[in-house]
Amino acid sequence: MSRLAAKFAQLAQAKRKALIPFVTVGDPHPEFTLPLLHAMVEAGADILELGVPFSDPMADGPVIQRASERALAHKMSLRKVLAIASEFRKTDTQTPLVLMGYLNPIEMMGYETFANAAQQAGIDGVLTVDLPPEEAENCVVLLKERGIDQIFLLAPNSSDERIQKMGRVGSGYLYYVSLKGVTGAGHLNTDDVATKLAQIRNNTSLPVGVGFGVKDAQTAKTVSQIADGVVVGSALIAQIEDNLHDLATAKLKIVELLSSMRHAMDS
Amino acid sequence: MLLKWQHLSQQLIKLTEFKMTENYTMPDERGHFGPYGGMFVAETLMPPIQALNEAYQRYLADPEFIAELDADLQHYVGRPSPLYHAQRWSKELGGAQIYLKREDLNHTGAHKINNTVGQALLAKRMGKTRIIAETGAGQHGVATATVAARLGLECVVYMGSVDVQRQALNVYRMKLLGAKVVAVESGSKTLKDALNEALRDWVTNVDNTFYIIGTVAGPHPYPAMVRDFQAIIGREAKQQCLAQTGRLPDALVACVGGGSNAIGLFYPFIDDASVKMIGVEAAGDGIETGRHSAPLCAGRPGVLHGNRTYLMADDDGEIIETHSISAGLDYPGVGPEHAWLKDTHRAQYVAITDDEALQGFHALTQMEGIIPALESSHAMAYTLKLAPTMKKDDIIIVNLSGRGDKDMHTMAQREGIQL
Ligand SMILES: Cc1ncc(COP(=O)(O)O)c(C=O)c1O
Repeated sequence: MSRLAAKFAQLAQAKRKALIPFVTVGDPHPEFTLPLLHAMVEAGADILELGVPFSDPMADGPVIQRASERALAHKMSLRKVLAIASEFRKTDTQTPLVLMGYLNPIEMMGYETFANAAQQAGIDGVLTVDLPPEEAENCVVLLKERGIDQIFLLAPNSSDERIQKMGRVGSGYLYYVSLKGVTGAGHLNTDDVATKLAQIRNNTSLPVGVGFGVKDAQTAKTVSQIADGVVVGSALIAQIEDNLHDLATAKLKIVELLSSMRHAMDS
Repeated sequence: MLLKWQHLSQQLIKLTEFKMTENYTMPDERGHFGPYGGMFVAETLMPPIQALNEAYQRYLADPEFIAELDADLQHYVGRPSPLYHAQRWSKELGGAQIYLKREDLNHTGAHKINNTVGQALLAKRMGKTRIIAETGAGQHGVATATVAARLGLECVVYMGSVDVQRQALNVYRMKLLGAKVVAVESGSKTLKDALNEALRDWVTNVDNTFYIIGTVAGPHPYPAMVRDFQAIIGREAKQQCLAQTGRLPDALVACVGGGSNAIGLFYPFIDDASVKMIGVEAAGDGIETGRHSAPLCAGRPGVLHGNRTYLMADDDGEIIETHSISAGLDYPGVGPEHAWLKDTHRAQYVAITDDEALQGFHALTQMEGIIPALESSHAMAYTLKLAPTMKKDDIIIVNLSGRGDKDMHTMAQREGIQL
């Protein structure tokens, strides 16, 4: 069983939901991320999504775009993200790590080289925004052979047929993007999410994480009542952006926000 | 002669009656040109591009749709565009006979409108009420704003803020036509960033919005669809060349930004092995300086904006900033079909520097009284090199993809003249 599958099984037993923070690795500079990852686990994170910065983040809103730009200004790259993941693994062998980014850095590295490097770095899942299952056959096999899950996105307009396809091709969990739009946009409509999740569950047995629009303890709690995992990204990165000159405060605010979410989700 | 032309003009624009290629069948049904092309998009965009593909396949076989498109191309765009024998220029260069395909004479001044007329009709058929587009030089933005005005559709055009400055005239035209022009401040603030922003808009407004991509890039079906709408260029050119000279040309020359005017000219000739096809990329300050926009000549395969193709990217896969004097060629990718034609050696790709393009610009202006767009000037500049190496009875067709009015400011600035 993959580390991700084991984590969801263990959470289900404990009747808890996964708290899944997303940060862009290397934002605002490379040294900031590793201690932040450990701090987020201490604050109650179950799975970490590591954003790989890309020059052209087409599916991201302004907050994550700027995070990418800050990280790239320090020459952050897929290779360096993997190096930071390796460092993290030296002291934390339990928390699943999921890479989230765009396909081109993987294309340039080469799929097999990437799969090997990801395995060595202790990566558990890979979510590539612009790689739908139709184009993923090659990548899925290489990752699966190395015990790494390929995670796919689902959207409000995904049909039964597509949900089934993601369920077949993907593993670990599915990530439901709760609104049509880019990251960091708009407000989450709980009724709509509940209706869609019912449809998703009718078509796949994989755990479902929900993201886009989770901003605070209240939205985290609401989502946790219907989903298996709660993904929070832009709200965390906004703390970095608001405190660029006082990163200790940025880290503290992120930890506080995650703790409050954890508390709300568990109570 | 007049009768012959009338006869041709009726024949030429029948999309249905002209089977374009017998042997060449690219792309496959999922939009692959060998390893290139495909549908590399976020999940929210999969349903709309699939719906678009279905609509496109359906209407391409619908005589009513084709009749409406043909009528628009003829009466609104002004097709067929002439194939003009540039006799003075040919003589001056002392080699091949140069024929210009006059896309600069289309309504709005470039080939871009062939595609926007087609996509706008599709948008209408699909019940979409809002049109978005990206633009570099502003020609595609103008061509989109034009068809949106005509159909009474809301129109938003994304344009890098660098391009907003260097193509101010076109920004004003778009505004006059009722479009909202959004200056994009992210990344390199040019065409690729405008495309990113248009994709973000589309993800957000998929229900009522039709995205008119301006070149043969993006996810399937765009590269095939835009090609098919632009192929009117090559279909006309082929018949006109046969009518005027009695034979096929020896070479086709076209500039390549995303590659739509080039593929539009090339496609109907793909099965004609004797016809050489040459795409001209922008070498900017020179390939060796790294400041250029020539992914086919100096890039490598990767994935951007929904398809796999040649890109300008660094070892980490980050997209490199491009440079060209012409905003319309300032793009780090290229249509996936060109990647395929390059690898299979069916077409050949070369690059022309900013300085050389200016020579091409002046040559055509002075020898033939035609002021070309800076994009098209790259094709002219390559023709300056190519024609003298060929025989006097050889024939080159050069795509004059657009007129130079929009570039008057850039040219004047470059030459230190205050307008
Ligand atoms: C006149 C003209 N030619 C060529 C191009 C390049 O586009 P493509 O390579 O798709 O023909 C443009 C783009 O703006 C243009 O305006």
